[in-house]
Amino acid sequence: MKLVTAIVRPERIDEVREALERFGVNGLTVSQANGYGQQRGYKEVYRGAEYNSDLLPKIRVEVLATDDLVDGIVDAIISGASTGQFGDGKIWTIEVYQAVRVRTGERGASAIS
Amino acid sequence: MNPVFFSVGLDVNPQTLDPGSTAWMLAASALVLLMTPGLAFFYGGLVRMKSVLNIMMMSFGAIGVVAVVWALWGYGLAFGPDTMGGFIGDPFANFGLSGLASVIGGKAPGLPDMVFIGFQATFAIITVALISGAVAERVRFGPWLLFAGLWVTIVYAPIAHWVWGGGLFGPTGIIGSKISALDFAGGTVVHMNAGMAGLMLAVVLGKRLGFMKDPNIKPHNLPFVMLGAGLLWFGWFGFNAGSELAADGIAALAWTNTLLATSAALLGWLLVERLRDGHATSLGAASGAVAGLVAVTPACGFVDPIGAIVIGVIAGAVCALAIGLKFKIGLDDSLDVVAVHFVGGLWGTLSLGFFAVPSAKTEGGLFYGGGLTQFWPQILTALMVTAWTAIMTTLIGLAIHKTVGMRVKEHEELAGIDITEHAETAYELAMVGGSFNPGEPQNGKTPLSSSGDQEASSNGKTDRMRSKAST
Repeated sequence: MKLVTAIVRPERIDEVREALERFGVNGLTVSQANGYGQQRGYKEVYRGAEYNSDLLPKIRVEVLATDDLVDGIVDAIISGASTGQFGDGKIWTIEVYQAVRVRTGERGASAIS
Repeated sequence: MNPVFFSVGLDVNPQTLDPGSTAWMLAASALVLLMTPGLAFFYGGLVRMKSVLNIMMMSFGAIGVVAVVWALWGYGLAFGPDTMGGFIGDPFANFGLSGLASVIGGKAPGLPDMVFIGFQATFAIITVALISGAVAERVRFGPWLLFAGLWVTIVYAPIAHWVWGGGLFGPTGIIGSKISALDFAGGTVVHMNAGMAGLMLAVVLGKRLGFMKDPNIKPHNLPFVMLGAGLLWFGWFGFNAGSELAADGIAALAWTNTLLATSAALLGWLLVERLRDGHATSLGAASGAVAGLVAVTPACGFVDPIGAIVIGVIAGAVCALAIGLKFKIGLDDSLDVVAVHFVGGLWGTLSLGFFAVPSAKTEGGLFYGGGLTQFWPQILTALMVTAWTAIMTTLIGLAIHKTVGMRVKEHEELAGIDITEHAETAYELAMVGGSFNPGEPQNGKTPLSSSGDQEASSNGKTDRMRSKAST
């Protein structure tokens, strides 16, 4: 079992979600995030005074998956999130020790299917 | 003044109620009062989210204190019978407004004195509230109320008496009998006065922690600022057109000039921003509108519409340029009260030297055939008002600050003045955990402000709000 975490552009989240749905993912978690990589922050001006923000708003997408689906999920996220510009984000995958469906108490692969 | 405007009330006994003018002045007074809650939104959007309730409470607190002080002795000081050679009015002649309830025409033909008293009370209220912007996010609430009461008594009431109450600058005053300054609705009494008071109080209290360093010290809600500017503009029609104290042609002229100068100033500010910073901002539009309102305040009943447009566009540009000065001198005039109200008020007051239309009250401004005759009275009044408010505000501020203390403690300022002064937060961000004690509030201060061992939790609150603010 793996946890796929992706940081994507806020304006691409709908495309990412659609691509994941087409691939067959039927559950995910989305949260707001702030950060920077090669794309840096932006400038705001209030009454002539410049404010530089280092952190850009991003969306974090998290998907739990069985090992066989991970590559397909990563490809789906890339297809939805990619624009070719700096700031498209990152995807990483980590090993998950256990997953439990709270309602039924199911564990392992059947908890996330 | 243009004689065609003189139609109402002159051929009748001034003690006979003029229903039309009375109705208009009742409505105008309510409009002016609405400016202070409007200002609360304007200022509220400009501060950080941890200070929005406190800055709005400074406006609401000013309403509470000043209205009561006004009725008890403030009105008497400003508009009571002349005493001390025109320096102040006699507060004891009608203490608590006694004996005034049924007087008609005592202050303006056909108007009940009570509507004049109420109208003037709303002016005193907003003048005090304006000062709060210069010292936002760091003043203890109780001492602020004390300041409001003392300031309206010692600073506002005498100046109002000089300019409007028949005192020093009045037609029979020591100065006014020789030279006649023009101030239709309060460029000196309200705006230069509040602007200079704000500057001195900011000097007395010092700057906020992180001023010119912390990138999070920036406006937290620009739609609030736009809403506040709109409410101010709406109320300002009562402020300016109501200052004619009658429903007549001059009031209508003041109304239209209040529309035109404000619109021109909005454009003037945006033009400076577009050229200097690259973008026309919503905050610039709101700020430019207020700058125009300030500048046209002394002028609105004395200039023609073209004059109002020119006064407005210059006000917008000049105030937009003045706004960076605080960073050059390191003065934390937090919400730019000096750049907008003092500078705008000064320009509006001086502008009458150029744009006043000849009338019974003036030979006219430089561009209207009067030479510089109107210019010198304007400068003299501006100087006297500035000097009085600068000296007395400093003394009042120091007196309160050195005795009871006017600033919140450092850890309270970091935690957020809303929670330490008022035990409230404007926005519920966490919605997790805690406990609830209905009917049994813990007496006194909130835990966050009680002692040093709460530092950790207060910093935790700050961090949480900071991280949320940057999303």
